[in-house]
Amino acid sequence: MNITLDADKCCAAGQCVLVAPEVFDQRDEDGIVVLLDAAPPADQHDAVREAAAICPAAVIKVDE
Amino acid sequence: MTPSPASPAPAAAPALPVQPPQGCPFDPPAEFARLRTEAPLSKISLPDGTEAWLATRYADIRAILGDTRFSSDTTRPGYPLSGMTGGATTEHRGFIRMDPPEHTRLRRMVTREFMVKRVEAMRPEIQRLTDELCDAMEKRAGQDVDLVEALALPVPSLVISLLLGVPYDDHELFQRLTGTLLSRTVTHEEREGAREELRSYLHRLVSAKEAAPGDDILGRLITEQQVPGEITHDDVVAFAALLLIAGHETTANMIGLSALTLMRDRETADRLRAEPALIRGAVEELLRFHSIIRNGPRRAATEDIEIGGQLIRAGEGVVVAVPSANRDPEVFADPDALDVCRPNAQHHVAFGYGIHQCLGQALARVELQVVIGTLLRRFPEMRPAVPVDEIPFRSDMAIYGCHTLPVTW
Repeated sequence: MNITLDADKCCAAGQCVLVAPEVFDQRDEDGIVVLLDAAPPADQHDAVREAAAICPAAVIKVDE
Repeated sequence: MTPSPASPAPAAAPALPVQPPQGCPFDPPAEFARLRTEAPLSKISLPDGTEAWLATRYADIRAILGDTRFSSDTTRPGYPLSGMTGGATTEHRGFIRMDPPEHTRLRRMVTREFMVKRVEAMRPEIQRLTDELCDAMEKRAGQDVDLVEALALPVPSLVISLLLGVPYDDHELFQRLTGTLLSRTVTHEEREGAREELRSYLHRLVSAKEAAPGDDILGRLITEQQVPGEITHDDVVAFAALLLIAGHETTANMIGLSALTLMRDRETADRLRAEPALIRGAVEELLRFHSIIRNGPRRAATEDIEIGGQLIRAGEGVVVAVPSANRDPEVFADPDALDVCRPNAQHHVAFGYGIHQCLGQALARVELQVVIGTLLRRFPEMRPAVPVDEIPFRSDMAIYGCHTLPVTW
């Protein structure tokens, strides 16, 4: 799994951080998404897919 | 919702359905189920006689809210302003009624204030406030207590006042004004009067903070944005109005409805008491199930756009039925059942979708988790003090809930 972000479009809703906190974080200055692990281990994949599915600004792209 | 005799001749299109079915106060208008199947994008007539599209399917609603060619700018031609409550007029309308790039610029000035880790850091304080209000309630055992007044409204109201730096001593004033702004039954004059009174109150508050900015959201907006000239005094007032209104009745009504739901569903309540770890998921399911935004969001198409096989033309308005999306059986199995272990509950659109999705959602989640968990733990015997058909539900408001919720234990 490889994750890419289009952080310019991020609206800082923070749902990815709630769903997959080991993969996503928010920048202190403005809450914009930060990728902690672009190729997370298998046990994170479901959470990452869920984060991508609910991201309101469709910022998270997942290649499997 | 029949037009008054003074209205223009009724159009062929029906009005936006708002009433829950008879005897089912928790369910969205029954008409939505038929519309989703037969006419997922249908024309409705607004109180001023103009028409707009009503979207009722989950997929269409996500497509509309996720597409910035559907404008949130209330000054756009075709924006379905009529029948909308609480909305600002053209002046100082707040970033929720704007499009990018202005929306992005202004929203980003406050996004960090509501980010997950900052809100999580407030959890102990939210728990403390909740415990204090529950202590006060406990002393009134044996009496009928209005849960809205005693707990559901004070928690979010205290928290947003604290965050913004608005004196909670003024809560009666701003609660009354936000209530008027969100009412569907007040006159235009009453609503404009309340808007002006709130603006004037916040103008005085912001002026005082300009002289002595505190360590709070309004203080930071003044020192970091207004002083360098990024925004004006009036912009700070608009931020204050938006965040104060948004922070009040939404969470308060979710607390009231959730408490009532769990008082009537003892099995689910017992399960949550036995397994408190389920409360996070239960909050998502309660948000989906109740969908308290009954009257929007709304958009204006800026281009001809095809949604679900239906062409929506530039300059046409769209009203999005959040409660319908959240009960769409294409997405949520057995959608009218409350299932606190529903695996995809968080796919709900109770906070909206797209770039305007609720900025305060992390805060709302923590408040709901804390208050519902605490109520279950401390008041296991709580029950409604009146029959459910005597509870005044808020079909007259833009945000659904109970006006009052008499309880006993």
